[in-house]
Amino acid sequence: MTTTPTVLKPAGTAARGLGRTNRRDTWWVAPGIQAVLFTVCATYLFFSGIVWNPLFGTPYLVDGYLSPLFSPLLFPDALPRFISPGLLILWVPLGFRATCYYYRKAYYRFYFADPPGCAVGEPSVHRGYKMETAFPFILQNIHRYFLYLAFIPLTFLWIDAFGAVFGQSGGVRVGLGGVLFFVNVTLLTGYSLSCHSLRHVVGGRLDCFSCTRRQQVRYGLWQRLTDLNRHHMAWAWASLISVTLADLYVRLLALGVIADPAIRL
Amino acid sequence: MANLLMRIFRGSPKEPGTFAEFEVPVEEGMVVLDALHWIQAHAAPDLAVRWNCKAAKCGSCSAEVNGRPSLTCKTRLSDFDLDEPITVEPMRAFPLVRDLVTDVSWNYEINRSIPPFQPPADTPVEEWRWQQEDIERVQEYRKCIECFLCQDVCHVLRNHEVERPFLGPRFLVRAAGLEMHPIDTADRTGYLKDDGGIGLCNITKCCTEVCPEHIKITDNAIIPLKERVADRYYDPIQMFWRRLRGDRSSAPAAAAPAASDGGDRSS
Repeated sequence: MTTTPTVLKPAGTAARGLGRTNRRDTWWVAPGIQAVLFTVCATYLFFSGIVWNPLFGTPYLVDGYLSPLFSPLLFPDALPRFISPGLLILWVPLGFRATCYYYRKAYYRFYFADPPGCAVGEPSVHRGYKMETAFPFILQNIHRYFLYLAFIPLTFLWIDAFGAVFGQSGGVRVGLGGVLFFVNVTLLTGYSLSCHSLRHVVGGRLDCFSCTRRQQVRYGLWQRLTDLNRHHMAWAWASLISVTLADLYVRLLALGVIADPAIRL
Repeated sequence: MANLLMRIFRGSPKEPGTFAEFEVPVEEGMVVLDALHWIQAHAAPDLAVRWNCKAAKCGSCSAEVNGRPSLTCKTRLSDFDLDEPITVEPMRAFPLVRDLVTDVSWNYEINRSIPPFQPPADTPVEEWRWQQEDIERVQEYRKCIECFLCQDVCHVLRNHEVERPFLGPRFLVRAAGLEMHPIDTADRTGYLKDDGGIGLCNITKCCTEVCPEHIKITDNAIIPLKERVADRYYDPIQMFWRRLRGDRSSAPAAAAPAASDGGDRSS
């Protein structure tokens, strides 16, 4: 059995050089805004989850609200002071988002200019292009493992959200923090369930959807996840912003900058 | 009737290309191809333009309008600010033949390398059966009109073309249609990983953005194929599971026979 040898495409006439294009639209606006938003959120989350606590001892748990960056809270008293408990958790969502098919599109454009935009020239540094066939980007193929792991902190975030409302000694507390926690965990769940890898694992890898009863069930699930997957980009951004805001809210509460408006039932 | 300034690429491989300017009278409902035809009829009869159906179904009139890969027959002049000139140039990812015409024959050559449709050997053709839900995914891929705009905009082909083999979005879509066909028995994951160069795609979704048939190329074809390649080559649990079940195909797949018909679109 043989295949016809793959042929290389002959050279075209595309302009070389970063940003060279005849496009007249504002192709750079969307990646520009995304770059700013992503960098601000990622930098904030890095400092909040890993740096602030060891350096300044800023509390991440206040009045029944645990910052989502530290959930589940692992060995908070056993760890040396220079290690944030967030470090034990954050590598999972970090890996999940770094290998996410949507974020790959976004950061390959705005961080690597590979390409900076559609039909827009790239820097000459990309001439030895191997992308996801070689280290380190070949590791993008383990996205599904980060997906599996991401469901662990996600489960704890649901527990935290319910705990923030129903787990109070004084009864039920409907506070702004609780609402924020529920919105955050809902968006994170939407982001996880709309994942391309999950869609594949649930049913996408099947060739026949109707052959057995089990495959029909998987087809039904695959259809639901496909509906969610159409909005994966929106889930990705909304959940990134919500997790940033939820953490910021807890930090400001802990520092006494704001109070938690709440109704107690 | 307003006049529009159009800047049209003129040139061939033997002479340096330049942009020639033409004033074109604009009528309501005109598309870019109408303007090109007006130029051919009134100002430059030797302007080379490839076109056929003028109904966005043959995929012949692909070009770059204001730098954006587009079908000229589907791009309305009313979408632009007519006080500004409109630039039309050939697809830049392919070698130039002349003016707005490029040599896209490489696409047909690489298509022949895709392992073709392989139905079960023991099932006669009159007994082939499948349900609508099994074939719906594949039907989306079959909407492709082979305009090659996705190939043109793909930065791997456009900017990295001479370095490594790569099928490009159009033929990843075709491979997906074969790979996900309910009665196809060939395994193309090895081919996709090596000769198809699927790892070179970094899913920047430009192909999806320019597809005139609105095929979700990246989400529905390329990413599912990448996941199938990951199943086969990068997922240790999957590999272990296949070995446990005695699945011999857990070894890198043998390639299917080469296509004899190249553009097999009946599969």
